[in-house]
Amino acid sequence: MLSDTDWSAIRLTLELASVTTALLLVIGTPIAWWLARTRSAWKGAVGAVVALPIVLPPTVIGFYLLVTMGPNGPVGQLTQSLGLGVLPFTFAGLVVASVFYSLPFVVQPIQNAFEAIGERPLEAAATLRASPIDSFFSVVLPLARPGYLTASVLGFAHTVGEFGVVLMIGGNIPDKTRVVSVQIYDHVEAMDYASAHWLSAGMVAFSFVVLLLLYTLNPSGRRA
Amino acid sequence: MNAKTHPGIRACFRLDYPGFSLDVDLDLPGRGVTALFGHSGSGKTTLLRAIAGLERVAGGRFTVNGETWQDEAEFRPTHRRSLGYVFQEASLFPHLSVQANLQYGQKRVPQAQRRVSLDQAVALLDIGHLLDRKPARLSGGERQRVGIARALATSPRLLLMDEPLAALDHALKQEILPYLERLHDELDIPVLYVSHAPDEVARLADHIVVMAGGRAVATGPLGDTLARLDLPIRLGEDAGVVLDAVVAARDEQWHLAHMEFAGGRLWVRDHGLPLGHRARVRILARDISLARTPHNGTSILNTLPAIVVESVDDAHPALTLVKLRVGESPLLARLTRRSAHALEIAPGQLLYVQIKAVALVG
Repeated sequence: MLSDTDWSAIRLTLELASVTTALLLVIGTPIAWWLARTRSAWKGAVGAVVALPIVLPPTVIGFYLLVTMGPNGPVGQLTQSLGLGVLPFTFAGLVVASVFYSLPFVVQPIQNAFEAIGERPLEAAATLRASPIDSFFSVVLPLARPGYLTASVLGFAHTVGEFGVVLMIGGNIPDKTRVVSVQIYDHVEAMDYASAHWLSAGMVAFSFVVLLLLYTLNPSGRRA
Repeated sequence: MNAKTHPGIRACFRLDYPGFSLDVDLDLPGRGVTALFGHSGSGKTTLLRAIAGLERVAGGRFTVNGETWQDEAEFRPTHRRSLGYVFQEASLFPHLSVQANLQYGQKRVPQAQRRVSLDQAVALLDIGHLLDRKPARLSGGERQRVGIARALATSPRLLLMDEPLAALDHALKQEILPYLERLHDELDIPVLYVSHAPDEVARLADHIVVMAGGRAVATGPLGDTLARLDLPIRLGEDAGVVLDAVVAARDEQWHLAHMEFAGGRLWVRDHGLPLGHRARVRILARDISLARTPHNGTSILNTLPAIVVESVDDAHPALTLVKLRVGESPLLARLTRRSAHALEIAPGQLLYVQIKAVALVG
């Protein structure tokens, strides 16, 4: 069955995924809004940067984050001057890396939801005296709810499933950076296939349930 | 003129897009229904959106009954203009019930500025039985009624309606028109009504702005403007006039009503309107024929003496459009040029108009 270190890895994984998802919803909303509404020539470039983690090997993302957040990198210099030390091989560093890694999985569903809403409900809200901020909260957010549900589930699940980035930026420190995927790797390295099975099967079950919930809870169509 | 004391609506907008320009300078009455009438692409919806601030027109000016919404110095964003806007599709918020849709605008209007109560708007559009429903469970006509009530509930100083009936079929249109007439009769809110449908305009408008190519090519009271022959826009089959009339007598035996207008009386089908009731009658140019003498032995009920004012060529080379005057009221008649030639039609000539059909509108 599951050992204490296994449980600790599970707890850490859930913690990381929760914090990352919460941060991503906050960070992803303005990015998705801008991407959905802008007519700027930069839209393509920004959209491509956001989507990069989908195609890049996680090790590449991990490598560059390691370099920038490391003691000699620009972000590392900044965090050190603020008295925060360096981020790699800490939980905070993992969160930062996960935010980059899972960004497209949160931004794109929200962006799609915003685009599907279109201009008209906002115009209607404006003719009913709602300021832009007011109408964002009273009209856009409620209408984009299915997009937020998808974004949360995908962001959470994708963070749970990350491995390469964690290894690069977090290493393998128990209780701090050793998440489930790394723990499975350790079990396999140690030829402890039984433990690897328990965790792996758990991941499969978890992912299936999450996606099942997503597909059954999310209404496929909306009527205006 | 001082804008503060100037009653009425002043709109001045100039806009240049590739392939489209808007250039209007309008001075409209501050009450009643003004129709912005024209074909699609004539700029009427763009003008309405500019007035609402949904289309930002730099250098535009707009004042309604002394309240300035934009000028050289100021641009009030849409949410700070006290307007009601009815879109072609009702554009209700799908996540809110009918009741919450109605309250959405109203609760954002300061208490002191609320002149139309929610109950009043609900009663006027007869939507009391729909309050708990979601918009998805309403028919197209019901949705549009809720949309109108939602706009009214903000107590607007100006109601803007962008072809509110265009998305509805004929039957639903007939369902909604009476409500629009009630608005007109019961609320003192000026309305700008965009439409390309002559029958809606004939029924609802007091004043008309004819738009073509981004310009206002004619503007004036409905009756006079419809009877103008010099408009570059042709109403085609719908050319005709609208006259204000009063029920002067009723013939119970034949189910007819005698409608008196400035110039004479017309028999129309009796719709049960009481004596003294004011109503509009619409007479299409194609339903009028002309004769030198008053005929006897004809099925036509309405024959009136009229003076020819002028005639112009119609869209088709076989046809001509003749403007006549019956007392103080103008009439338009469409006939073939051959007939006009045979009658030797000339200004000042006395002819008898035989009116085949008179429609009571509103």
